[in-house]
This record gives sequence, structure tokens and C-alpha cells, in this order.
Amino acid sequence: MKTVTTVIIGAGQSGLAMSKHLADRSIDHVLLERGEVANAWRTERWDSLRLLTPNWQSRLPGYAYSGDDPDGYMAMPEVTGFLQSYADTISAPVQTGTTVTSVRQTDGGYNVGTNRGDWRCPTLVLANGACGVAAVPKVADGLPPSVRSMTPLQYRNPRELDTGTVLVVGASATGVQLAQEIQASGRQVILSVGEHVRLPRLYRGRDIKWWMDVTGVMDMHYHEVDDIRRARRVPSLQLVGTPERATLDINTLRDSGVEIVGRLAGLRDGEAMFSGSLGNQCTLADLKMNRLLDTIDEWVSANARNDEFEPPHRFEPTQVATAPRLGMDLADGGVKTVVWATGYRPDYSWLDVPVFDRKGRIRHDGGVVDAPGLYVMGLPFLRRRKSSFIDGAGDDARDLAAHLGASLHRPAA
Amino acid sequence: MTQTTAQTTDTTVNNGVNVEALLGAREALDAAPEAAQFKWRTTCEWVNGTHSRSTIGGFFGLGQEQSRGKFFTVEADHPEVFAAEDNAPTPVEIVLSGLASCLTAGVAAVAQHRGIQLHSVTATIEGDMDIQGILGIDEDVRNGFGTIRVNFDIKADASDEDIKALVAQSQKRSAVFDIVTNPTNVFVTVND
Ligand SMILES: Cc1cc2nc3c(=O)[nH]c(=O)nc-3n(C[C@H](O)[C@H](O)[C@H](O)COP(=O)(O)OP(=O)(O)OC[C@H]3O[C@@H](n4cnc5c(N)ncnc54)[C@H](O)[C@@H]3O)c2cc1C
Repeated sequence: MKTVTTVIIGAGQSGLAMSKHLADRSIDHVLLERGEVANAWRTERWDSLRLLTPNWQSRLPGYAYSGDDPDGYMAMPEVTGFLQSYADTISAPVQTGTTVTSVRQTDGGYNVGTNRGDWRCPTLVLANGACGVAAVPKVADGLPPSVRSMTPLQYRNPRELDTGTVLVVGASATGVQLAQEIQASGRQVILSVGEHVRLPRLYRGRDIKWWMDVTGVMDMHYHEVDDIRRARRVPSLQLVGTPERATLDINTLRDSGVEIVGRLAGLRDGEAMFSGSLGNQCTLADLKMNRLLDTIDEWVSANARNDEFEPPHRFEPTQVATAPRLGMDLADGGVKTVVWATGYRPDYSWLDVPVFDRKGRIRHDGGVVDAPGLYVMGLPFLRRRKSSFIDGAGDDARDLAAHLGASLHRPAA
Repeated sequence: MTQTTAQTTDTTVNNGVNVEALLGAREALDAAPEAAQFKWRTTCEWVNGTHSRSTIGGFFGLGQEQSRGKFFTVEADHPEVFAAEDNAPTPVEIVLSGLASCLTAGVAAVAQHRGIQLHSVTATIEGDMDIQGILGIDEDVRNGFGTIRVNFDIKADASDEDIKALVAQSQKRSAVFDIVTNPTNVFVTVND
């Protein structure tokens, strides 16, 4: 059994940013990583994926994008290269090929079991990713065996799919991106749309991510929101990073031939049932987008910077068919594949510490978990709206490293 | 990403909704989800022809039977074009009323929560029905509504966008909207 002050599970941006802040505080630590640095970006993403955050926003403590295309969007090899060179630059003590299989609480700390020996530590940071498991809804149980069920963690490219119709469930970042790519491959896509967050790629000549950054929307702290539980459940943004900097929303998908239907409400006897709430889901998203654009316009005016940007304008409301289809027999409709773009959740199956709420979510206050010396990173709105983004890892790691450092000097209770 | 809307309850706004009590209930029920399990009931007696009378009294909630200490009745019948006596609205009109009432109550509650004073709210609702379905003429026609349209006319101290947001949020949180837009398992039994 090896001993160290802090074990960090996972060497993605969260674990690496924490490593940097612990090193700055001279706290000895190790990162246990089942694959290589940036394993999730290497092995769990589809082939065509690019970041939806622009290059300039790939910022980590003491490190940032330095290429000649700050407004572009990285493809996966660039992301893994970026994180690998960060790990090299900060000399992060990563032990690769090491899978954590159990975590148990002991007197004054934790026993971390791995496939390559055990570790004992007073402090432990869970940086194993918010997206380890595809969250597939209960209705999926009703899928007939003739239809192939796929999650985004398995999907690589449309060529691996049957040529028949593809039902994509979920219209957040993953769902709209996969719907677009699969439709473009010649397969008919039906996109089932529930709650979503619509955003234009560009507004008043700037990237929407630039606006959300300068106006402070991304920096918003979890103490500042009225309903943090709700804020943590808000789905990902309907955005895609392309060289054309194109907007991707329900309107563009409809124009490209994708059939838009309501939220998948049930699957029974080979029949899919879609909710009649599609109109309101789209209205809610349009209203919310316009509130953000109002915030941006107000910020520009308040800072007297109107001359620097294109004039304010609003986008076409989402057009929904007068009578979207409410149900379909999957076999009759030629549906051969269902892709569950219904979100992700973290995998804590090996964490044997009583820190879960009744829905299996980890109980924490801004990343300080409800057990001494235990921390979590990278979850949606953990401490700030940007917490789950590459750009959010640094500030959260700084705050949590400070808390962790202080806890080491506190006499044991 | 969520935009924060003004969530502070303005005490000068009064739509007759006790938002503090509702928010308190939300907190309490989050801690004790068993108490959130409700059962709603009605008992319907046949009167004559297509005329019936439902009686609504107690319900179950907050972990116990809730007696209201009174009963309501809701009657239903069919109009003369259906060769009936037209003693009361049709059940489908009662469904439409239920949807309109649920959305209207939601508008009032959300407005109170967002500090918006309402002056008037009128919901007009219309449902399309092809009665070839209920008459069994065409197997491809469903019995229920094809499309339902709801129109709100709202006078309130708020911008048009804020009023639209009230109506959208009300749909998002409406039980009857969910009931009519999503499938529900219905089990019917008969006593021996
Ligand atoms: C499809 C997709 C697109 C995204 N696009 C963007 C984007 O454009 N911009 C942006 O800022 N964010 C984006 N994100 C969000 C976020 O940046 C990523 O999810 C990112 O991978 C999170 O980094 P992380 O370090 O928190 O976790 P991860 O990158 O998931 O790293 C966790 C690490 O822990 C390791 N691990 C897990 N379990 C164990 C174990 N038991 N033992 C040992 N090691 C383990 C994994 O191998 C992995 O390397 C995207 C997310 C997804 C899913």
C-alpha cells in the first residue's frame, strides 16, 4: 500500500488543473488514470467532433491556446494534444493505465483500490468526469430487439449505422450534432425534442461564447443563482464548432430534412409516442435565448460599446410543423437505430462512501463533498456556470485546492 | 445556462396566490418525497341517458387522507345533435375546461412568483375532433382531439416577452397539459 497526501482520480482537464494547484501549494499527490491523459477525449467521442468552445477559451492554470486560429474549434486530436502538453508542462504525476476499482473510507482518509495496487490518502479528488455513463431514459426498456440502441459514447460515425431511418432522442449539443451528421450521410433522421437551450453561433459579429464570457454569464457563482438544483440540470447548449462558424438549431435541422417530433414519451408494442409539448419546448427555448441576447445588448449599452459591434437583432422563431407526428410504429417507419442523446452522468459505481442523495447524485457544496477530505470536480455548475467546461477547471481547482490545503492543517477531529 | 429572472416576490403584487406557502411546500417535499404522493379521486353516477354526475370530495396527500368537509359535483351530458338532453357540458368540454383552468392557475402562480401584477387573464380553448373516430366509422381516426389550441389574452404590468414567458412556464409545470400531451396507463376494473 502506497501513501500520498492527495489522490486525484482522472487525468482530464479537471484532474490536471487540480494537480497544478496542489503542486503550487507543494502538496504531494498522484493522478490515477485508467487510460492516458485526456482519455475521455481520446476514446469516448465521435470521429467528427470538434469543441463547441472556441480555441481562445481553452485556458488552464498557467497555460492557454497559442495557435494562430483563436476563433476556431479544436478537433479531438488537437484537444488531446493540448491536454497532453499541459500535463507535460506542469510535470503532472500521472500514473496511466491505472483503473480505480474501489474507494473505502478509513480512519482519517481513504483506501483507493486499483488494478495496480492500493493507495491510502487523507484527501481524495474525484476528477473522473461528469460524462462517464450515457444517461438512457427508462422508456428505452420498451425498444423492440429489432432496433439497434446506441449511446453517444458508442457512436463513432454514420457509416457504422444501418442505412434505415435513425431516431435521435434529445436535442442538446450531442443530439443536434449527431442528427445533422447522420442526416447528411443520406439516412433519414427523426429528432425527438424535449427541453433544450437554443443559441446562435454568432451574435453581433462575435462568438456567443465570447459574449457569455465577457458579460460574466459563465463566471456566475453557484451562490448567486436562485435555484442551483435547477441550474445544475439545465441541458447542454445547442452549438457546434465548425470552420464556417455555422448556427445549428431546430430550424437548420428542419431545413436539412430532419423530421422534428416531440419528446419521446413512451415506447410500447413497437410504437414510439411523442409528446404534444413540442411547440412549448421551442417557445421556452426561443424566449430563453432572447433573454440572453437582451442581457448582451444591455451589457453593450451599459459599457457604451455599441460602436464596436453590429447592431442588435433577433433570430427567426423556431418553426414547428402544424401537426408534428405524435406516434409511429418503428418497424413501419423503417427505424433501424435509436441514438440516445439524452445526456450523461458520472460513474461512481466504485465509490463505497455514503455521500449520495436518493437519486444517486453526489452530495456536495461547491465540490466539497459531504465526507471529510473528499472533493469532486467537473460537474455541471459545480461552483460556476463554467465548471463543466475546459475553461472552468482552473478557477474551481484553485478554490478547492485552497480548501483542501486548509483541511490538512486542521487538527483531526 | 439559465438566465435568472427576478425571483424575489414583490409584496406590492397580489394575484391571490400564496407563493411563499408553495415554495415552502417544495422545500419540505424535496426532503420528504413520500409526502408528495397524492391520489385524486372522483365518483361518477349514471343519471339517465348520457347524463351523469361526478362527486368529488376527499383526496390523499401529505401522507394522509384529506377530507375537504364538503363535496363538489360535476355533471356531464351530450348536446341535442347527439340525440341527448343537453343537461350539462360534454366530458370533452370538461377536459378542455380542466386544461384551461390548470394553465390559468399556473399563469397566476408564476406571475406572483415573478412579481408581475395581473389585471385580467382569459384563456380561450378549442379542440378539433373528427367524430368518425368515436362513431367507429373510420379506424384510422382517433377518438380524442386531433389538435387543441389555447389562446391567452392577458393584461398585466409586464412586457409582451415576460407575459409569453409566463404562459410558457405555466405549460411546463401544468399537470393537465402533461396529461393531454403524454400517454398515461389507464387500468379499468369491474366489480363482480
Ligand atoms: C461530447 C462532449 C463534448 C464536449 N465539448 C466540450 C467543449 O466543446 N468545450 C468544453 O469546454 N467542454 C466540453 N465538454 C465538457 C467537458 O469539457 C468534457 O466532458 C471533459 O472531458 C471533462 O473533463 P474532466 O477532466 O472533468 O473529465 P474527463 O475528461 O472525463 O476525465 C476523467 C478522466 O478520468 C478517468 N477515469 C474515469 N474513471 C476512472 C477510474 N475508475 N479509474 C481511473 N481513471 C478513471 C478517465 O479515463 C478520464 O481520463 C464536452 C463533453 C462531451 C461529453
